[in-house]
Amino acid sequence: MIVNQTTIKELAGKKMRIDGRKFTEYRTPITVETNISWTAEGSARVQLGETVVMAGVKLSLEKPYNDTPDQGGIMINAELTPLSSSEYESGPPGIKAIELSRVTDRGIREAKAIDMKQLCVVPGEKAWFVIIDIVTINDAGNLFDVAGLATLAALKAARFPVVDEETGAIDYKKKTDKPLPLTKEPLPVTVYKINGNLLVDPTAEEEKVYDARLTVATDEKGTISAMQKGGEAPLSTDEISQMMDMAQEKATFLRGVLDK
Amino acid sequence: MAYTKRLDDRQNDELRPMSAKAGVIPNADGSASFIAGKTTAIVAVYGPRELFPKFKQNPKKGLLRCHYAMMPFSGSGERIRPGTSRRAQEISMVMEHALLPVIDLKEFPNSVVDVYIQLPQTDAGTRCAAISAASIALADAGIPMKDMISSVAVGQVDGTIVADLSYGEESYPGIVSDIPIAMTHNTKQVTLLQMDGEITKEDLSKALEVAKPAMDKVYEVQMKALKDKFSVENKK
Amino acid sequence: MSELLKKEREIVIPGEILAKGMDFLPGENSYRENDNIYSKALGLVYVSGRVIKITPLSGPYIPMVGDRVIGRVTDITMTGWRINTGIAYSGILNVKDATTRFIKKGEDLSKIIAIGDYVIVMITQVTSQRLIDFSMRDPGLKKITGGRVIKINSHKVPRIIGKQASMVTLLREKTGCDITVGQNGRVWIRGTPEGELKAARAIKRIEERSHESGLTKSMETFLGGAQ
Repeated sequence: MIVNQTTIKELAGKKMRIDGRKFTEYRTPITVETNISWTAEGSARVQLGETVVMAGVKLSLEKPYNDTPDQGGIMINAELTPLSSSEYESGPPGIKAIELSRVTDRGIREAKAIDMKQLCVVPGEKAWFVIIDIVTINDAGNLFDVAGLATLAALKAARFPVVDEETGAIDYKKKTDKPLPLTKEPLPVTVYKINGNLLVDPTAEEEKVYDARLTVATDEKGTISAMQKGGEAPLSTDEISQMMDMAQEKATFLRGVLDK
Repeated sequence: MAYTKRLDDRQNDELRPMSAKAGVIPNADGSASFIAGKTTAIVAVYGPRELFPKFKQNPKKGLLRCHYAMMPFSGSGERIRPGTSRRAQEISMVMEHALLPVIDLKEFPNSVVDVYIQLPQTDAGTRCAAISAASIALADAGIPMKDMISSVAVGQVDGTIVADLSYGEESYPGIVSDIPIAMTHNTKQVTLLQMDGEITKEDLSKALEVAKPAMDKVYEVQMKALKDKFSVENKK
Repeated sequence: MSELLKKEREIVIPGEILAKGMDFLPGENSYRENDNIYSKALGLVYVSGRVIKITPLSGPYIPMVGDRVIGRVTDITMTGWRINTGIAYSGILNVKDATTRFIKKGEDLSKIIAIGDYVIVMITQVTSQRLIDFSMRDPGLKKITGGRVIKINSHKVPRIIGKQASMVTLLREKTGCDITVGQNGRVWIRGTPEGELKAARAIKRIEERSHESGLTKSMETFLGGAQ
């Protein structure tokens, strides 16, 4: 709504938001529910305000890649379903879904959050591959942060399935109590710039008027593992520095929600 | 060996534990979730809205479209590739036909009502859970409806007629038939009927009779979901 | 023997039996089959004399002549503006119905109302195929500037307005905002940022609790003293 978009920009200039929140304030409720799908090796449902995302982990045994014969692998895929918003259509993923899956993927992969060597079963022959699917249920804004939170929650909840020792077949109906070799817990936080001001956790309406955004994935020690600048407007180095500070602070907040 | 005791200890006419909720997707015009045992269906209804491409428009009434999809991690085996499949397309079509007899879209010429289904976990009976959820979601969306549609499978496992088969029963060694059915509530007209396996005509008639009281149990859950959403007592 | 099976204002779902026997007549959103009258929508039961009708709790806005609605301009044509009111059917605001001032042939219409602008318009005609004509020539009909537009269930509009506009008057007094309620469920609020937020929250609250008894009283408490 153009009238609201104008109002959002004007309010940002007065350090205000259309829903009355502070710039650094996440919406409520914020909840993480795990094991929402018995068929996934790990799964989570995350709700942030009215935004709801589900993530599920599937594990499979594959031949390792030739250049990394002693390692397993991960893949992250995101679907922006037409169930979750009238703005999405059926069909192959568009650029928005591709960006969401790639940014989420880099946050986990580049942090080396999963010890790929521990995923290897027989070097050059067999290793575990971790596939995470992110599915939107209701998109009311800030999918980057919610998808990142759901992904990490699903990974933490995942347990290896039972493998038949003789045939080597996976019995997906039975789980062991062995978790994934997670070494770190990276979480993305996206900071948005609207009318010269920086804020987190935009609503769907606020997302329509941002000038630029920066997603920063950090682990519990504050180490940055992935970044993505979005939007058409440029950012100054001072702004980037401020955005990184905000992202680190808010990642700590989100990690607290996850560990509750 | 006859099938005298069900794998999950249910009575022969007993359904899996069910629950449903209306209004689970704020962006949608109507929505619902329906859980039957370890199968979960989430449904969103969008519309009536403008239909494109225009040549698909019907000047006499609106169109109903169903879009059935399993989440990639919702199968009990390996990951399912995202995107549509022949199975999903067929289920979408039979869902439309299961719901259409009670839906009245005369007031909405040239428009479309889209019904999107996602399943986060499945254990048999996915199309039945999807139809039961879709019926709640359509009512929640305020679509004119003559009646509710309830859906559950019945079948025969190794000589015994049972209601609401689990995956374990569908794949039971021996002769098994699985019959997903949907019915209107008031007149028990059949709007979905599929079957695979083996069954005699006599047993099929018996199974259809078992289906009727089973539908009423589904209906109670659907009605409660809709009334709960709009009851004053439920508001904090 | 005829028998009414539902209480006044009871919630019913599609297909529920409302009454048995021929003494009752089906009204809006209900139908007769053999001896029974059934509901055709999720809604509340209202009985007036022998007629039973259902007032829906949800569903699309049905455009009616004389309704004032809030629409968004989606296109500019040779003769006027195409306007979407949030339903499956857009409508046309013809140049001659848009303003009392003379518009020259070939004048740039986007200078008057641009694509994306919100307007308060009145429905002057609806055809069987749901083609809609709008007018903006009555007092109060205009292009919207400033403030915010929020969306609510169009079936809750009468509750937001209240008896003899009592609720909307209360909202205006307590928040200091201009408030225009479109019959299509879009509400325009303009005031101070705090006032707008207070009004928007109050309207959402009324929408959620629309069939609660004593709503005006509880809203007075919610809104507190003067702004």
